[in-house]
Amino acid sequence: MEYILLIISAIIVNNVILVQFLGICPFLGVSNKVSTALGMAGAVTFVIVLATMVTYLLYQYILVPLEIQYLQTIAFILVIAALVQMVEIILKKISPSLYQALGIYLPLITTNCAVLGVALLVIQKDFNLLQGVVYGASISLGFGLAITILAGIREQLDTLNIPKGMRGVPIALVIAGILALAFMGFTGIV
Amino acid sequence: MNQWKNFTKGLIKENPILVLVLGTCPTLATTSSAINGVSMGLATTFVLVGSNVVISLVGNLIPSKVRIPAYVVIIASFVTIIDLAMQAYTPAIYETLGIFIPLIVVNCIVLGRAEAFASKNTVVSSLFDGLGMGLGFALALGFLGTIREILGTGKIFGLELMNQGALVFVLAPGAFFALGYLIALVNKLKK
Repeated sequence: MEYILLIISAIIVNNVILVQFLGICPFLGVSNKVSTALGMAGAVTFVIVLATMVTYLLYQYILVPLEIQYLQTIAFILVIAALVQMVEIILKKISPSLYQALGIYLPLITTNCAVLGVALLVIQKDFNLLQGVVYGASISLGFGLAITILAGIREQLDTLNIPKGMRGVPIALVIAGILALAFMGFTGIV
Repeated sequence: MNQWKNFTKGLIKENPILVLVLGTCPTLATTSSAINGVSMGLATTFVLVGSNVVISLVGNLIPSKVRIPAYVVIIASFVTIIDLAMQAYTPAIYETLGIFIPLIVVNCIVLGRAEAFASKNTVVSSLFDGLGMGLGFALALGFLGTIREILGTGKIFGLELMNQGALVFVLAPGAFFALGYLIALVNKLKK
């Protein structure tokens, strides 16, 4: 039950993009088409789950025993950057088809603040490893949900006549605002 | 004259938020009131100036293959400094900004300036560039925060202007609406 609440809360009630404002850059950048949005969501899920696991172990078994928790920001960002590189190299070797699908999104993920954000939140909220991984996976699903919905709407926008100044980022932000309004309706479920 | 240009370009002409649309996460998350927006902007300015200066100093010593990780470590060090300093001296603001202080590390403006400007220019130019970009960021955050605070609560920097506001502007949707229309306005004015 505890895990179900955690999952629902992370996907819908505290949606990573529309409520917590993490990962807005890829949200605006790659939400022109549903297919690219899905690719990005897949890559993000993969990296977030992996990064959450690694940073959690790093924190509990290296930083805490040595009492250097204040180095967590530096340590985490380095680990995430290295991890993304490694995932890219390994994927290329063992699964070229998956690499083809996710490849172009991987380098972009290092600067996705949702990855570092989730790693820090898991520590802040005192989760255990399993809770952390479930939380990370749910956050990524929430990310995928929001970015896919936005991409679906933006595909329809191409056929409309939008005022010049509003084209591109502004209209995407306004749509995201309306989505956020809709998601506010879920407040209080959990 | 030249330094003055380096300083002012970030304020308006190349404003990181309103023109370049970088660093949108902290922009949306920390502008629920004017004071929060300005604090976040100043914290980012500190990191930008520090990392720009150090990177322009050591830029030539770093092999180009490992430059990005090296920059990230330098940036993360300054972020840790401001993180600990704010935790000690301004605990209330630290509490409201929360996770977005450590997340300055992944703010694309900071790494962007390091790569595009500081690694190629002199220390003094990089200092002014960082200062201008940082203050431009702070300016935009403060402006957005003020708009949201007035519309959302009827107050400005905590002083009451109107009795009531539309609460939605302080909450998440208001952030998207306010930034969206602000960028649209800037686009319109640019032409």
